[in-house]
Amino acid sequence: MAVETHVSVGQEAASLADAGLDTREKSLLERTFGNQAFWVTVALAVICGVMSYWEPVFATEDNFFNITRNFAFIGVMALGMTPVIITGGIDLSVGSTMGLVAIVCGLVLLKQPIDYMPDWWNAATWTHSWWMAVMLGLLAGALVGWVNGVLIAFVGLPPFVVTLGMLSAVRSLAVILSQNRMLYAFRPDQAATFKQIGGGENFGMALVGGFRLSNPFLILVILTLALGLVLKMSSWGRHILAIGGNEQAANLTGVPVKRVKVGAYVLCSLSAALAAILSVGWSGSANNSLGQSYELLAIASAVIGGANLMGGEGTAYGAFIGSALIFVIRNSLLMAGVDSNWQGLFVGAFIVLAVVLEKVRGRRRE
Amino acid sequence: MPVLELQGITKHFGAIHALTGVDMSLEPGEALGLMGDNGAGKSTLVKIIAGNFPPTGGEIRIDGQPVQFSKPVEAREKGIEIVYQDLALCNNLTAAANVFLGREIKSGIGPIRWLNHAAMVKRAGQLFAELKSETRPRHLVRQMSGGQRQAVAIARTRLSNPKIVLMDEPTAAISVRQVAEVLDLIRRLREHGIGVVLISHRMPDVFAVCDRVMVMRRGRKVADKMIKDSSPEEVTGLITGAIHGG
Ligand SMILES: Nc1ncnc2c1ncn2[C@@H]1O[C@H](COP(=O)(O)OP(=O)(O)OP(=O)(O)O)[C@@H](O)[C@H]1O
Ligand SMILES: [Mg+2]
Repeated sequence: MAVETHVSVGQEAASLADAGLDTREKSLLERTFGNQAFWVTVALAVICGVMSYWEPVFATEDNFFNITRNFAFIGVMALGMTPVIITGGIDLSVGSTMGLVAIVCGLVLLKQPIDYMPDWWNAATWTHSWWMAVMLGLLAGALVGWVNGVLIAFVGLPPFVVTLGMLSAVRSLAVILSQNRMLYAFRPDQAATFKQIGGGENFGMALVGGFRLSNPFLILVILTLALGLVLKMSSWGRHILAIGGNEQAANLTGVPVKRVKVGAYVLCSLSAALAAILSVGWSGSANNSLGQSYELLAIASAVIGGANLMGGEGTAYGAFIGSALIFVIRNSLLMAGVDSNWQGLFVGAFIVLAVVLEKVRGRRRE
Repeated sequence: MPVLELQGITKHFGAIHALTGVDMSLEPGEALGLMGDNGAGKSTLVKIIAGNFPPTGGEIRIDGQPVQFSKPVEAREKGIEIVYQDLALCNNLTAAANVFLGREIKSGIGPIRWLNHAAMVKRAGQLFAELKSETRPRHLVRQMSGGQRQAVAIARTRLSNPKIVLMDEPTAAISVRQVAEVLDLIRRLREHGIGVVLISHRMPDVFAVCDRVMVMRRGRKVADKMIKDSSPEEVTGLITGAIHGG
């Protein structure tokens, strides 16, 4: 529950008179124990504890660096997915959006000329700079989100159908644009900077004690704080929650429901675009199959962290910790020698478990 | 001059004729009781005034000026506040958040604005106190009683300085004590020159605070009488159709 839990006490004049009558004011403890993200955090700590005991490799700095980087990509997408889920929507197209954005970045950075682009584009140098790759990548992402948002909010189509269609269409676009090649022969100078963004660590700074954190993970941490702040402190965040609670009421009280929804879908696709940019930088190549089935992981992360698929609930921290849990479980299974083909089964079971927990909590609330 | 005039308001939902040629006027400081059986078209009429949907035909005038609202915010900007019959609340938000939904208090530096939770909680608390309601600003609406929810919906109308307040069954779910507070509020609104339309099925409420009563039946206005010239028996007859208005 991101909203309104820790508001500073302005005055209590209205309610002091009947303080004795009302027992519904929840204590901090009660609120914590009713919070899914809290239990996910506990589960995560337990798994990490057990793993460090059994597999000393798990607790190494290198493994920490790797896990935090690996879940950062999904974490960033789960953050973007969260406002969409809070409004009661869903975005199935984020995985495909990653593929498209990867190809857009790859094409900008590519050494060879692209046959379907005009000569001036292929000849100029600024069209192949690292910042051009970043900008066009984000633009492509924003465009996908905008189309999703307009079809859902203004045309009134169901989010599931629109983004399912987009999942197919955008992936196809990525394949067409890449002419079904993997792109890796980048211009060395520009690609170096680009790769530094997603592949670097500590934002290029030296940290005390030589501790290492990947750039993607640092970006995830910053974005988690930013989204948490936006959901709690901005009217946009308030409106996102209101739409999920009662869209009709939000509309009647003057919330610009349609605009807010488009914003949520644009933000969601932008987060997928950012994940793709980081991922291409890290791997050094652009593949049109990037992000396949990641929509599932992003949605699962948000839901495991407490976002309610029926709308009205979800937090930034939940998305963060949900994605962490999924990746730590994957990592632990790998280390325990479980065949990687079993991972999907576990992740699937966790999604269902999260929804069951949500139902149980919901019933207790009524 | 009337603050609100309706002329020949008609509303069709497909084949359903919810309203047929309804005329109405409301003076500043006047309380008008709007009564009628279930499905008579009372809610539809006030929703049209509040800009929820446009009438199929007819004209709305505010202070003599014809108006057309395409959304509720436009009606609000013209000084019309409404308490909806279904209250229009978000269960997952607090009472204070609901009161201020769509017009949050913000503070900030330059273009960066953020929600001022403290100010909203404080103001909502004052409004609930004014209504003598045991509603806590920071409680989730989901956990609230019917009366507390109604207080939240009514508190919304007190945020601005409206010309007209429309109340669709504001006393349906509340205790005797709180009914008295709502009726008091209506009297205070009247004293401040605000026109009030009160939809209610409770005859005593209407006879306690209204100057005039308008009765609707199957989408038509069947009577419009001064309270002092009427009686509960007569109004009951008009509502059920036992008496034909003229
Ligand atoms: N959005 C809508 N779509 C279709 N029909 C509607 C709609 N809103 C109202 N109606 C119909 O219009 C008629 C009048 O409904 P309305 O809600 O105005 O009645 P009411 O007088 O407020 O009744 P109650 O006392 O039960 O609240 C009813 O027949 C209702 O079914
Ligand atoms: Mg009604």
